[in-house]
Amino acid sequence: MKALAARRHHRLAPVVLLLLALLVTGGVYAAFAPTPANAETASTEDIETGKKLFQANCATCHGPNAEGSDTAPSLVGVGAASVDFQVSTGRMPMQMDGPQALQKPRQFDEEQTAQLAAYVASLGAGPAVPTDEQVDASLGDVANGAAIFRTNCAMCHNAVGAGGALSEGKFAPPLWDTSERNIYQAMLTGPQSMPVFNDATITPEEKRDVIAFLVDQREGSAGGLSLGSLGPVSEGLWAWIVGMGLLVGAAVWIGAKSS
Amino acid sequence: MSDYQNPRSPESSHREVGHREQHGSLDTFPDPGLPEHKSRQADRDPRAAKRAERQVATLFGISAIGTIVALVVYFVIPPDGTTAGVRLSTLALGLAIAFALLGIGFGAVHWAKVLMSDHEKVDERHPIESDPETRTAAIAELEAGVKDSGIARRGVLKGAVISALALFPLTIAVPLVGSVGGDWNVSKFKHTLWKRGTRLAIDPSGRPIKAADVTIGSVVHVIPEASQEEMQSHEWITEKAKAVVLLVRLDPRDLKSDQSPEGETWSYDGIVAFSKICTHVGCPVALYEQQTHHLLCPCHQSTFDVADSAKVVFGPAKRPLPQLPITVDDEGYLVAQSGFHEPIGPSFWERLK
Repeated sequence: MKALAARRHHRLAPVVLLLLALLVTGGVYAAFAPTPANAETASTEDIETGKKLFQANCATCHGPNAEGSDTAPSLVGVGAASVDFQVSTGRMPMQMDGPQALQKPRQFDEEQTAQLAAYVASLGAGPAVPTDEQVDASLGDVANGAAIFRTNCAMCHNAVGAGGALSEGKFAPPLWDTSERNIYQAMLTGPQSMPVFNDATITPEEKRDVIAFLVDQREGSAGGLSLGSLGPVSEGLWAWIVGMGLLVGAAVWIGAKSS
Repeated sequence: MSDYQNPRSPESSHREVGHREQHGSLDTFPDPGLPEHKSRQADRDPRAAKRAERQVATLFGISAIGTIVALVVYFVIPPDGTTAGVRLSTLALGLAIAFALLGIGFGAVHWAKVLMSDHEKVDERHPIESDPETRTAAIAELEAGVKDSGIARRGVLKGAVISALALFPLTIAVPLVGSVGGDWNVSKFKHTLWKRGTRLAIDPSGRPIKAADVTIGSVVHVIPEASQEEMQSHEWITEKAKAVVLLVRLDPRDLKSDQSPEGETWSYDGIVAFSKICTHVGCPVALYEQQTHHLLCPCHQSTFDVADSAKVVFGPAKRPLPQLPITVDDEGYLVAQSGFHEPIGPSFWERLK
């Protein structure tokens, strides 16, 4: 102890102290850090934590007990699927008012999202988060999915899921980067402008077929460059500007005299 | 010099150049004639000619290589059935063929431009009209032919040849009109497959819909219920195009009005069904915004308010979408009370009113 005290003015003492402090902080964090919980088993503890998270982050608009307000809907009975969709895609909490809540980097991790979902689900029965099997694209029928997508989804989201415009600044987003789980939840809960497609309208198997079709579109088109799949506008721009430009250039070159 | 220009009026061509300049008209620019002939590098310098020859040969060489690569690609990268495989195979084949063809094209043009003769030639413009003697001779020959045939004298022959010529087009016209369609039942435009008691079914599976299964905010694309065999028939597929319906369930408090007349209810507990054929030019109206209850047509942005009798709130459509009167049967399935009360879709001869 005496030796330690004698060396307390050593020039390396601050470095040693800093290292010790870092070790202690790290150790304490490791001991107390929350371990990832399984989303499917919602314990009372999860609901309690979810309630605290809700009151800190969502209650301003949705009300202290999720009963809704003038600006935001009631969340009683929307179910875990709705919360998981909105929070895991970063749409909620909303950054600012606008025509529609935009996708952005998620603010809560998997576990916090599950806790929030557990809390909201405890308020009233609603659709649950789908299981991995329900969203497994490899089990779906792409052809049937395409037929269902054409009838129910293509008018807003485009025939291959490229998205499209709605009224007054609203739009249907492209679906190529949307996760399988989020696609399922969106159909089930009808977020924002999107209508609801419940299990009677599009059965869980059919939903999986739709997911299989959309996953199939991620590979792109076998026809080559799709130009955003946006139809005649982008194709026309290419044909008129690039195609005609090349033809005009070739005509000028053929007509020009050689030096 | 002015030989290959348009012939001017005698007056202007006799004027002096200096006189015209004073007037400052467009004519004041003198005809610059052909630019002076410049010899090309390849004409002056044998080394440049040799170089140009090598360039042309290289271009044709690129074409030959492109052809060989295309053949190799055809055998080495066949489309393997996957999207990426098809894309790779098409891309490689297309690029190789592009080089093969562009090599020939660029080579030929380059050859013509740098090595072939470059002397300017002038082709003079001639009047299109033949000279008067040729014209008189041609008319005389035609008249002689008519006289020789005796068509003016022989009335029977005249009638026979005109009848034969006039009748022949019927061999084309009759089959053409016949294949337009044997169905001239115009009243079909007025009616759809919907009639009293027809169950509403989900498009495309054909499952009938229970009212209890339609949650608030749901949208269902609806066809009239039919057996699976019937749904494969040509007639049904044609009729389906007219009969498609969009069914929406609103919170009954949000439903301001529907099209039912006094004393009738055409909706069921917030469930309303409207024809999906736009009253503007007949596109399928199906972009439903759940929060605003607006239904958009993708073609020209006509917007209908589902919560208020599908009235037009924006766009070129002139009429609300016709409503299908619905109710539920004993088993709880949604059924039509009757067909549409007016022809669906865009103006059908002003709706025969």
